[in-house]
Amino acid sequence: MIKSNSGIRKTDVINRRMFIIGAAKVIVFVGIVARLFSLQINENKKYLTLSDKNRIREWKLPPTRGNIVDYFGNVIAGNLKVYQLHIIPEQVENFNYLLVRLKNLLNLSDKRIARINKLKAELKPWDSIIVSENLSWSQFVKINNYLYDLVGVKPVMTISRNYPFNDVYTHVLGYVSQPNEQEILDNQTIQERFVPGMKIGKLGLEKRLENHLIGTNAIQRYEVNAYGKRINQLEHQKGKQGSKIRLTVDTEIQKACGELLNEKAGSISVMDIYTGDIIAMYSSPSYDPNLFLFGISQDEWQLIRNNPLKPLINKTLSGLYSPGSTIKPIVALSALENKVIDTKFKVKCTGKMELYGQTFHCWKEKGHGWVSLKNAMKQSCDTYFYEVARLLGVDRLNITAEKFGLGKKVLGNYFDTEKKGLFPNTKWKKNNLGKGWVLGETLITGIGQGYIQTTPLQLCMMTAQIANGGYAVKPKIIVDSNPISYEDAKQSMESGLLFDTDTEELLDKKLFKNQKNIKIVQEAMFSSTNERFGTSYKSRIDDPKYQFAGKTGTAQVKRISKRERELDLELEQIPYKDRDHALYIAYGPYINPRYALSIIVEHGGSGSKAAAPIAKKLFKLIIDRHELRNKQSNFERITI
Amino acid sequence: MFQHDRLNSEITLFQKIKNLDYILLISVIALSVISVFVMYSTDGGEILFHTKNHFVKLVVFFPLMIVVAFFNIKFWHNFSYIVYLLVIILLIYVSFFGIKASGSKRWMDVYFFVLQPSELMKIAIIMCLAKYYHRLKIENVNSFTSITIVLSIIFIPTIFVISQPDLGTSILIALSGLIILWLGGVKIKYFIYSFITFLISLPFIISFLKPYQKLRILTFLDPDRDPLGAGYQIIQSKIAIGSGGLNGKGFLKGTQSYLDFLPEKHTDFIFTLFSEEFGFIGSVILLILYSIIIFRIIRIGSISRSNFARLFCFGYAFAIFIYIVVNLSMVLGLLPIVGSPLPIMSYGGSSMLATMIGFGIVLSAKINHKQMIA
Repeated sequence: MIKSNSGIRKTDVINRRMFIIGAAKVIVFVGIVARLFSLQINENKKYLTLSDKNRIREWKLPPTRGNIVDYFGNVIAGNLKVYQLHIIPEQVENFNYLLVRLKNLLNLSDKRIARINKLKAELKPWDSIIVSENLSWSQFVKINNYLYDLVGVKPVMTISRNYPFNDVYTHVLGYVSQPNEQEILDNQTIQERFVPGMKIGKLGLEKRLENHLIGTNAIQRYEVNAYGKRINQLEHQKGKQGSKIRLTVDTEIQKACGELLNEKAGSISVMDIYTGDIIAMYSSPSYDPNLFLFGISQDEWQLIRNNPLKPLINKTLSGLYSPGSTIKPIVALSALENKVIDTKFKVKCTGKMELYGQTFHCWKEKGHGWVSLKNAMKQSCDTYFYEVARLLGVDRLNITAEKFGLGKKVLGNYFDTEKKGLFPNTKWKKNNLGKGWVLGETLITGIGQGYIQTTPLQLCMMTAQIANGGYAVKPKIIVDSNPISYEDAKQSMESGLLFDTDTEELLDKKLFKNQKNIKIVQEAMFSSTNERFGTSYKSRIDDPKYQFAGKTGTAQVKRISKRERELDLELEQIPYKDRDHALYIAYGPYINPRYALSIIVEHGGSGSKAAAPIAKKLFKLIIDRHELRNKQSNFERITI
Repeated sequence: MFQHDRLNSEITLFQKIKNLDYILLISVIALSVISVFVMYSTDGGEILFHTKNHFVKLVVFFPLMIVVAFFNIKFWHNFSYIVYLLVIILLIYVSFFGIKASGSKRWMDVYFFVLQPSELMKIAIIMCLAKYYHRLKIENVNSFTSITIVLSIIFIPTIFVISQPDLGTSILIALSGLIILWLGGVKIKYFIYSFITFLISLPFIISFLKPYQKLRILTFLDPDRDPLGAGYQIIQSKIAIGSGGLNGKGFLKGTQSYLDFLPEKHTDFIFTLFSEEFGFIGSVILLILYSIIIFRIIRIGSISRSNFARLFCFGYAFAIFIYIVVNLSMVLGLLPIVGSPLPIMSYGGSSMLATMIGFGIVLSAKINHKQMIA
């Protein structure tokens, strides 16, 4: 009885205590449901985003660069399919065996093998290792033949920059290559679109127009697992190819320039005298930009770097030369404009001129006798121009020269390697050298020697502005969205004002006070090429269709000593470094002119022998291409 | 009569089958079916190792539960101490000759599967204490001797399990034991005093924890302090559950687990996967299923005539409850990570074996609810 009593009491205790626990259980379960509710209902969005962030990863693919085309739409910087070889380590059965096989098949260097092994250690086993960036077709075929034996190897087709004309446009286009860290940091656009393996412009227009050419990345979205392995592709977003850029250049003429300067150091520029279109701009020697695409080999690089003819320098824009006698049209024009001389003004040339005890020599030792402007220009009489310069003074000459574009960059910001050159005046010397101007310096400036430094493109533009009747042109190498026809350009030029599309202001185009003076200079240049005893008479073309006017120049690279003058050595007898630069400027056709050019052959000897004959060959081609070009310019825009 | 003696029971087999608790049985079967499907999902939608083994264990242990149920509750009462001692021996055996895995020694190979005796202790301790309080006179409940004995019964296995080391299971064993103390009528003020003592000595206890255990507590307090290391599990678990939303991502479509972001998805984090794929609605249904099971066990306890059955049922109901709460709180980021499986759902033979034996004894109590035990 006691026992059962105790049992009942115990049961009561147990039941009571159970009740308390039961209540606690309900509360705890409610708490858990509340927590579930807060995570799954209230914060669902947040966690859904986090879950997607976990599982979705984007892969950016290198963007496709825009094409660069010449005036006629020929691709001069395009894209090419290339074959690459990738290894996916996790699929490889025997890595070392595979490397030995590949080494034999592709002739890989030991260094390359070591690099692959290093990459293998760094990358995840499912990340592909690039064994070869650019397989030749025969290598690609070989690999495909042995593919059964090369487990884990994947031949891949991808797109790479390509310069179909090899070295023809190197100095204009530059080239693309892998960017370094600084280049990525400096350019916001590159930073945003960078993916390993992407190439960027390193030089020239490729660099300048990077943000236009670069294009947008294709994006692939993959679902990945916790280890970052791609499970399946969710989306592929196509990238946009970079903008197509059309240049003013003519590949046929550019190519001809290269052939004409073959194995010589020098430069040729050709310009439309009305529109300012640069038709050719060639610096010699050149090199093949395709070499840089997949990393240039040390040997090839040393070959380019150590070439004494300096292929790495864009001589057209960065080469600074004394213009020599090619400056004489500007000296003559300045003197005429300032009414220092007229066409009847004559000087007696005795072969030299004495000034304050210093002797200034004419190139012709015997002298030219009495010469007028026309004859002085024709025969390039130095004495005449010494006297004219003396009468004119360097400051007035400087004003005219700068008006015609000397001492200023021609293409503005397009090429960061472009040099300004120098046309001195008294103030410049005082400020920069701290000394007063000496009259003797005026004399040698009058024949394009001394402090004066010009780029070939400046000389070309100067010639163009004489040729078009004394109007300013705005040289350009990129065709803008509404290219102006030459007739329109000519018309607006002759109205004296031009609307500058870049700065959006009307420019005063007249570079002369009296257009007659321009005509006089033009006639003098004509006689220099087309009349007997003219310095470039041998290079003339009689057919009026091709007939051109020009001026030779021979720039000394060092002072000629008295002994040397007496020796009068032949070109071959002078060391290469000491030979004169040969220059030639010209425009044509003489009637209704359209094109101007400048030619410089470094250490080529005299302008009449080394430079002018090149112009003769080139003008035929330029004029022959004229019709085609004219037709092309009628198109508003070209679509390829 | 002969038959009855053999089964230590006065009722026929037919009556036994009739007297089974079918609500409890159906709920357990429902949970088992769900667990197989979830296991199938953890295997990435294929019948692989985990799915196969889980299914086989269910097929083996479910009949075992019925067999246990058919033994009279008196039988289980009589064997309670022996069961307890047997499991203690297994624990000692394991601590010397156990299989070592991931830094702890808690398993033994029993030919057809790997047994974790600490899981069995979860049941054994309830049996042992239920019997002790069943026999203890109410007047002696708060005596020094009885409390000392009871605490020893609890702490001996707990110490063994802690030293394996397995903090999670030892806490669950201790809690399962303490609940019987509570139900047995130990004065409430003792609980309050010990709780206060526990709180005061907490810093001291923490200083005894292993570095990885301390790290778990720190990580719990701020999972973002090391999101890729110690905090990774809990962050990924919360992302998985949270991204499930109301309806879930759908069966076999839980990206977090499918793409391996979820760790331990077969065992401790099985609920995370379930919740990711079936959402809030599925999770609540699962909780309701568990609630029905707990409620039925309590009900069976309350209709039992013997205090042993009553104590066992109430104790076991609480144990099930505490397993669920600890596991869910852990995956929901409410408690630090301590290894604790979700009953039936989680992969693991010993846990399932213990759970099924527990259900078996509960069912035996139901069948024999009129049985008095002297």
